[in-house]
Amino acid sequence: MIEFHLDSRSGVSPYLQIVQQVRQALRLDLLREGDQLPTVKEVVGQLAINPNTVLKAYRELEHEGLVSARPGIGTFVTGNLGGQSLAAQGPLRQALQRWFLKARRAGLDDESIEALFRDSFRSAAEEDIA
Amino acid sequence: MIAFSWRQFRTQALIGAAGLVVLGVILLVTGPNLVHVYNSAVAQCRASRGGLGGCVNPVTTDDGKLQTLALALVLIVPVLIGMFWGAPLVARELETGTFRLAWTQSVSRRRWLLVKLGLVGLASAVVGALLSLMVTWWFSPIDKVTANRFSPASFGMHGFVPASYALFAFALGATTGLLFRRTLPAMAVTLAGFIAVRVVVAEWIRPHFMSPVTEAVRLNPNSGWGINQSSGVLSVTANPPDLPNALVVSANLVNKAGRSPSATYLQHACPNLPGPNGPPVVQGAGQGHTAVAPSGQQAFQQCIDTVSAHFHQVVVYQPANRFWAFQAYETLLFVAASAALAGFCVWWVRRRLS
Amino acid sequence: MSWVLDAQGLGKRYGRRWALRDCDLQIPAGHVVGLVGPNGAGKTTLLHLAVGLLAPSAGSIAVLDRAPAADAVQLARVGFVAQDTPTYARLSIADHLHFGAQMNPAWDDALARQRIAALDLDQGQRAGSLSGGQRAQLALTLAVAKRPELLVLDEPVASLDPLARREFLQSLMEFVADGDVSVVLSSHLVADLERVCDYVIVLVDSRLQVAGEVDDLLASHRRLVGPRRDPGSLPSGQEVIEESHTDRQSTMLVRCDGPVLDPAWTVEELSLEDIVLAYMGHADSARRARGRQGLEVLS
Repeated sequence: MIEFHLDSRSGVSPYLQIVQQVRQALRLDLLREGDQLPTVKEVVGQLAINPNTVLKAYRELEHEGLVSARPGIGTFVTGNLGGQSLAAQGPLRQALQRWFLKARRAGLDDESIEALFRDSFRSAAEEDIA
Repeated sequence: MIAFSWRQFRTQALIGAAGLVVLGVILLVTGPNLVHVYNSAVAQCRASRGGLGGCVNPVTTDDGKLQTLALALVLIVPVLIGMFWGAPLVARELETGTFRLAWTQSVSRRRWLLVKLGLVGLASAVVGALLSLMVTWWFSPIDKVTANRFSPASFGMHGFVPASYALFAFALGATTGLLFRRTLPAMAVTLAGFIAVRVVVAEWIRPHFMSPVTEAVRLNPNSGWGINQSSGVLSVTANPPDLPNALVVSANLVNKAGRSPSATYLQHACPNLPGPNGPPVVQGAGQGHTAVAPSGQQAFQQCIDTVSAHFHQVVVYQPANRFWAFQAYETLLFVAASAALAGFCVWWVRRRLS
Repeated sequence: MSWVLDAQGLGKRYGRRWALRDCDLQIPAGHVVGLVGPNGAGKTTLLHLAVGLLAPSAGSIAVLDRAPAADAVQLARVGFVAQDTPTYARLSIADHLHFGAQMNPAWDDALARQRIAALDLDQGQRAGSLSGGQRAQLALTLAVAKRPELLVLDEPVASLDPLARREFLQSLMEFVADGDVSVVLSSHLVADLERVCDYVIVLVDSRLQVAGEVDDLLASHRRLVGPRRDPGSLPSGQEVIEESHTDRQSTMLVRCDGPVLDPAWTVEELSLEDIVLAYMGHADSARRARGRQGLEVLS
C-alpha cells in the first residue's frame, strides 16, 4: 500500500499530485498490478483534503487505464505504464550510470551534473515539440 | 432530555437536599425538648394558679437562637432558590455560550425550556414545602403560646405559602436570567424583586383577600394603653382585645359619633402628664411593659378612665378561622404568578438571540 | 438541483448597523463550502441565521428547503459547531454523549464512541479540562453523530495549534468521505480552506463578494501584466477586480468569461488566496467609495 503526500508549494493542483504520485509508484515498482490503492477515506484522513479531489484523481487514473474502481470494495491497479516502468529499463539505466561516472571523472560536482542534465533534458524536450 | 436536565441540576439539588437533611436532624433532635418545656410549664401553671391566665410560658424563649435561625431560614431559602436555582438556569447557558449547543440539537427551544423549568420548579416547590413542614412542626408548642400565626411576620412561615414563595422566586430568577442573559445581575434583580413582591403582597394585597370583620368593643382601663406625646401633640392608643391567631387590621378609639379623640380634647382630658421631654409612657401590667414612675401614674390612670368613659374601640380584623382561606388565596396568587412568568419565558425564548 | 442554503436579499441588523445585507446566495448540495472573510464581515451572522439562532431583519433564508430551526425534524437535519466550541465544562465526555443521545433521535452512538476512542480520550474526563483541540473534536463528534444532512462550523480551527487544526480537518474530511453530507465552514484564513473546500464564498464588510466552485474560480480569474492601460479599455467579458498601475505598467486581476487573447498581456494563473485577497481589497475600495459618496452628499 502506498501513502500520498501533498506539496502545498509546488503550484501543482492536489488532484494532479496524487495522479503523479500513483504513476511514480508504478514506475518505481512500488505498486503492482492487483494492488489496492488507499480508500478515499484513508487518503483524506491522512491529508485533510476534500474527498472530491481524491475521487477526481482516481477517475483520471481510471481514464488512463491504470486503475479500476470496484464499487463497495476499492480501487485496484489494473494497468501498467506500458514498458515505462523503471525496472524494465536496464540498458538505459546502465548507460546513464556510465555517463555519470564520465561526468565525475571530468571534474563536475553534483550541482553541475544536475544542471547539465536538466538543461539538456529541456532542450531535447523543446526539440521534440518543435 | 429530563435525564440530562437532572444531570445539570444534580449538584445544586444535592446541596439543597443536604441542607434540608442537616436542618431536619437539628429540628428533630431539639423538637421534643420544646414540647417538654411547654407541657411542664402548662402543668405548673395549672397547679399554681388553677388556670392558664397570667402565666408566662418559657417555651417562647427556649432555644432562642435556633428559633431565630429557623425563622430566618424559612424567609431566606426561597430567595436563595431564586438566586441560585432560578437565575443561572438560562443565564448560565447564555453566558457561557452553551445555548448554541443546546438549541441546535433536535429539541425545540420551547421544549428544552419547559423541561428545565418543570424539573427545577418542582424541586423548588418541594424544598419550600418540606422546609415549611419541618419548621411548622417544630414551632407548634411555641405557636400554641404566642397564637400569632396570622400576623404578617408569621403568616409567611406557616402552611403552604413557603412552597409557593419558593416556586415564585425560582420563576422570577429564571425570567430575569433569561432577560438579562447574565447570572449576577439576574441574581441581584431577583433578590430585590422578590423582596419587593413579598412586601407588597403582605402589606397591600393580603389584607384585601376578604373583607375584614368590624366589631365595636368596650374599652378596658386595665388592658394595655399607650399615651404618646410628640412635638407637643398627644395621642392615645389601646391594645385590642385578645384574639388568638387572628389578624388585627386596626383598633382605633372612636366616640359615639365615630370620631377619634383629638389632640385638643386630650389636652383637656389628660392634664398633669409629664412634660414634653418625658419618654412615651405605657401603663398596664401583665404583658411585661415597663411601669411608670409613681408620680405620673395617677395622672395617667385619670386620663385613661376619662377616655374609656367617652370612647369605645372599633376593632377591624380577620378572624382566626380564615387563616387557611388566606393561605389558599396567597398560595394561588404566587402559583399563578409563577405560571405567568413561566409562560412568558417560554414565549420569549423563541426570540432569536445571537 | 437542490440548494442546501437559499438566501434571497438576506440581511440582519442590530440597531442601525447592518451585520449582513443584500445577501443573495444559493449553495448547492454535496460540497464542502468555505465561507471566508475578515473578522466582523458577517460570517458568524450568516451561519447563525442558517441554523436558526437568529431571525432575519430583511429578506429570507431557506436551509434544505425549509425555514431554519422550523421544528424538531429540521433541527435534526442540521449539525452546528459554534465558534469557540462551547461545551458544558463541568460535565464529562460521557455526559456529553448521553446529552447527544437524548437530544437527537437519529443519534449514532456507535459512531460517537468510535470517534472518541479513536481520539484516545478518557470518557470520564471533564470537558473543561480538555485542550482546545480535544474540545473541538468533542464538539465535532456531537454534531456529526446526529447524522445531519448539513454540517455548519463557525471558525472551528481558528484558535487551535497547527497539529490540532490538521487533526480536526482530517476528522472532518473522513466524515465527509463516509456519506452524503454537505459542509459549510467559515474561517478568516484562506490557507485552511484551500485544501478542504471545493466551493468558496467571500464575505466582506457585511456583503457577499463572490461565490462559486473553487475550480471555476481558479479557471475564470487571471492576473494580467502588461504596458499601462486604462481598465475601461478591456473587452466586455473581462471584469477588473483589482488593479494597480505604475507610470509604465499595469497589473490587473480580472474575472474573464473566456480566454484572454490580447498578446500584450502576460497572463498568469492565481491561487485561491490571491483571488480571495483581491475581492477583499475590492470590497474595501467599494466601501470607501460609498463613504466618499456620503461625504459628497453632505458637503
